[in-house]
Formats: sequence, structure tokens, C-alpha cells
Amino acid sequence: MQFSKVQGKQDKHKVVLYALSTCVWCKMTKQYLKDNNIEYNYIDIDLCTEEDKQKIRQEIQSKGGPLSYPTTIIDDKVVVTGFRKDLLKEALGI
Amino acid sequence: MTEITIESVQKRAEADAKTYGYNLISDPDLLQGLLEGLRVNEERYGYPSCPCRLASGNFDYDRDIICPCDYRDPDVAEYGACYCRLYVNREVYEGKTPLPTVPERRPVEKQSRAFSAPTPSIETKPATVTEEEDEHIQIGPKLWYCKQCGYVVFREDPPYVCPICKAKKEMFAQIKTRIKFLG
Repeated sequence: MQFSKVQGKQDKHKVVLYALSTCVWCKMTKQYLKDNNIEYNYIDIDLCTEEDKQKIRQEIQSKGGPLSYPTTIIDDKVVVTGFRKDLLKEALGI
Repeated sequence: MTEITIESVQKRAEADAKTYGYNLISDPDLLQGLLEGLRVNEERYGYPSCPCRLASGNFDYDRDIICPCDYRDPDVAEYGACYCRLYVNREVYEGKTPLPTVPERRPVEKQSRAFSAPTPSIETKPATVTEEEDEHIQIGPKLWYCKQCGYVVFREDPPYVCPICKAKKEMFAQIKTRIKFLG
């Protein structure tokens, strides 16, 4: 599975973003993390292979998240569904 | 092949919003982003599936998320906006109500199909067999009619709202067909 890494000075948290390349709210989330200098990894699911899509589905569901995008998983436990600045702020200490 | 442009996507969305008494999201950047997503999906799949949902690429599985999706009307009624927030009601459009967060209404079973659609398995029975064995097959289009106005539709589930008389989903009943061969 090929994640893209976006460098940032804030690398205290492990941030993984599951996104869709066509989704404007996913783009906003990427931009928001970037603007706040958060280091994160993301993957655009609609551009993935079928095998990877399955793995991603299992991953999101195993964390208790709905299959809704963007889904941001912080430190393998906090799941933020949608572009929720308030929740991202809180979880990442922005 | 005719080229799909942002303008043509916007025109269609605006016409649909007008017909149903909705507005398109007022923020121009978000609007452009949503229309661009629709344009890309239409180019990619041949139909404008929701830019904020994972499509399978299989028309029958994605039918309910082709914009305007099946969930738009109940979502706008309940939250003031549809799931991707392309369509909003007047209060949201005018900024009297903030842009809401809209949870996914699409059933998880339908969402899951997008993750496994192109690998044919048990689910890929052709639509033509459903008429004979409809009692046992869960998946595939069926005939539904609106008990209020008689509108008939051939799809997997009845619509949330009848497009003709606006009756609720509960007013739809399935038409069961039997094929008999005589002589």
C-alpha cells in the first residue's frame, strides 16, 4: 500500500489520513494539516488497487470508524471522520 | 465523446437545485471543488457519482450515489445539506444556519460493495434472473410502485421520496412478477 508522506515540523503524533482524490473535504483536511505543519501520511482510496481497498476498509472498520471520508486516524486510536477542525485541533494539540 | 466540463456539471446541478427548491453551496471554492470531483467521476466512471463517496465503478452498485444521490432529499430535510454539501437549503445558503456536518446515511452494506465490486463473487448475478427468483435474491433491481400516485420504478430499493407525488418511501410496494409459459 503506497502512502504519500507530507513532511511537517509537528511529528509528535502518527497521523494517517484516508482520503478520496475527488473529495473537496479531503483536500481541505490535507491543506489544514499542511498549514499547521503536521506531518502525516495519506492515501487516496479511489486510486488504490482492489486488494488495498479491502485492507483499508478493514483498517478503518477495526478502529470503529464509518466508511466515510476523510477519515483521519491519530496515533492508531483516535478516529476523526470528516473535515472536523475542532476535533483535529483537540487531538493534535493545534 | 463529448467533453465533460465544469460548466456542464454546474449547469446540471443548478437546474436540479432549482427544480427541487435547493441551493448550491455558497462558498465558491468549495463549490468548484465539488463540481470538479463530479466531473472527474463522470469522466472516470461514465456517471457523476458522489465526489465524497467511494464508487465501485459498477453502475448497478453505484446507482444510489449518482448525484443527486438517493440520500440528498432526506439529508437536506434533516440537516440542511446533502452528504457532500453540494446541495443546501436556503437557511444554510444564506448563512443563517452554519454549514452542517452530515453523517453518512448510505447503508454500510452498500458502501462495502465499493470495496469488492470488481472482483466478481456471489453478488454479480445478472439482473435478468431476479424476476423469476426474486424471493431468494436480495441484490438486484426490482419493480416498485408508489401506492399514492402509481409511479413505477425499477431499482434495488424504492426511493426515499416519490419524485412525482413526494410520498414517503413507506408508500412504495414491490411488484412481484411471475413468468408462466403456456402451451
